[in-house]
Amino acid sequence: MNLLITGGRVVDPSQRLDAKADVLITDDTICEVGKKLKSPAETIDASGLVIVPGFIDLHTHLREPGQEHKETIATGTRAAVAGGYTAVCAMANTIPPNDERAVTEMIIAEAARNGACRVYPIGAVSKGLKGEELAELADLRSAGCVAVSDDGKPVTNPQLMRRALEYGAMLRMPIVAHEEDPHLTDGGVMHEGFYSTLLGLTGIPAASEETMVARDVILAQMTRAHLHIAHLSTSGAVQTIRTARKAGVHVTCEVAPHHIALTDETVQSFSTNLKMNPPLRSDDHRRAVIEAIADGTVDAIATDHAPHHFDEKNVEFDLRHSRFATSGSCAKRSSTFRG
Amino acid sequence: MRAQTSALKSKDLLGIEQLSPEEITLILDTAEGFKEVSERPVKKVPALRGQLVINLFMEASTRTRVSFEIAEKRLSADTLNFTASGSSVEKGETLIDTAENLMAMAPDMIVIRHKYPGAPKMLADRLPASIINAGDGAHEHPTQALLDAFTIRERLGRLHGVNVSIIGDIAHSRVVRSNIHLLTRMKASVTVAGPPTLIPVEIEKLGVRVVNSLDEAIDGADVIMMLRIQLERQGKLSLPSLREYYNTFGLTPQRLRRAKEGVIVMHPGPMNRGVEIASDVADGPWSVILNQVTNGVAVRMAGVLHSSLS
Repeated sequence: MNLLITGGRVVDPSQRLDAKADVLITDDTICEVGKKLKSPAETIDASGLVIVPGFIDLHTHLREPGQEHKETIATGTRAAVAGGYTAVCAMANTIPPNDERAVTEMIIAEAARNGACRVYPIGAVSKGLKGEELAELADLRSAGCVAVSDDGKPVTNPQLMRRALEYGAMLRMPIVAHEEDPHLTDGGVMHEGFYSTLLGLTGIPAASEETMVARDVILAQMTRAHLHIAHLSTSGAVQTIRTARKAGVHVTCEVAPHHIALTDETVQSFSTNLKMNPPLRSDDHRRAVIEAIADGTVDAIATDHAPHHFDEKNVEFDLRHSRFATSGSCAKRSSTFRG
Repeated sequence: MRAQTSALKSKDLLGIEQLSPEEITLILDTAEGFKEVSERPVKKVPALRGQLVINLFMEASTRTRVSFEIAEKRLSADTLNFTASGSSVEKGETLIDTAENLMAMAPDMIVIRHKYPGAPKMLADRLPASIINAGDGAHEHPTQALLDAFTIRERLGRLHGVNVSIIGDIAHSRVVRSNIHLLTRMKASVTVAGPPTLIPVEIEKLGVRVVNSLDEAIDGADVIMMLRIQLERQGKLSLPSLREYYNTFGLTPQRLRRAKEGVIVMHPGPMNRGVEIASDVADGPWSVILNQVTNGVAVRMAGVLHSSLS
């Protein structure tokens, strides 16, 4: 394929480039970026648009194996491509979970067969995501996992988290943490604040995330491991990470688009599409997270694309099996950059 | 009496939060007329003849369910009572499927009680029938707040400037939320009281004073509204014991000694006697608890009628 894209704003951090330029593609390879390029190739006018390298989504739920009625590797990677992503990291909470080599290899093989973009599997921290004993982390690493996480659930047991971090340090593999204290969450379905009080819905306090981030930062310091905090949503967690970074702890973090675009105020509609975990927070948390993106505390924006079936969402907001989570890696990219 | 609007803005009565002071006044004024109907030998008016009202009660209820049914019958509506037990809900049918199947039989109105906040709104957003909220989780119970306001107005002659203290399990109460919306809208002063474990965060933003002492709540109150400790909704961690709760926040004749002359005591029911309220208070001269129940029928007649006209 030969293609000339003209007049766009080309942003490519790897080339330290942010300028208005033309991009010439010959035989599927970008061969020139420069001003006023000429070519007989098909031309796309990109004036007023931004041209960037393919995005990498650090946090996606592809649902395959096991929940193909929600999403498959084929459909999930197509949604990603539609949103500008050319690689996704696939979380481990499939059925069965990606807690052993056979599942990792199946995901990689299916992605090669039917995937529309690169897929990097993330393995489980614990066997069966049960939070009791370590999964075979070295084996998962050698099978192709780029990180491990029990995402969807916290690693509640601090001793298990310590051991996972120690193993992760040995394997040079980040431990991705879903930070939530289940005792503080205690049946909550939205952020605890004015709107949970107004609506009579049980709240999830910011402290549920903040206390666990504090615990894990201390454990990361102790083990000298790489801790990556998934879907950060609270001002207290931002502050803890800032302080830890200054002290030399190897902690990175990501933020989801919905936490910078939306607040708990929207839950007044009782739409289950707004039910997610971590929940949409109040505006002061939203602003703190945006500030953390601006000052570099946040390393990445990751979608937490986590589709559920329509039937599972077409129910009462408070119903215990009405699912947390949200979908749409395509829509999310635009909500991030509009905001 | 102030100038009346002719109808409510919405086909549904989902909460007090959506009502204007004029709409609240309209319902209360209409209820005054209906109270007289209940005292006649023939307790019936033909207003809703030929209309079908389904009472969809997905959670236990005595007062509210009976009160709605009597109100509908006194308006000459055809009524049908539907409860979760014995229905296909037990086979796992969803709320939306249940409601859409009922709707296929063309009711004009559905009165719904449900344990989840927002369930009445789900129906209102999807169905052409008028939806009346008879209590949704800890969210709203609009007809309870209207009958409470009716009772206060009947006893004290006004709502404006009245000091109302609401005491007990504020966190799990739909009654308190609807009452706060109504009373603040009608320019009454509202205090909520209870232990911090039962006071939801940022409730002061709704325009109420928050205190953690029963004595402070009683001081200067014209109306004391006691709330039930919702034993079935608590985790074990909110209260050390019911005995201690009674000693700290239970309303007894001794505690009432510091109250203003002429104070009235209310309770939306069901009461836990000896937990939040002593029997001597519940059955004593301060109590208007059974008047609330009587007024509930007239107020629901007014609410049902105006919703059907909107």
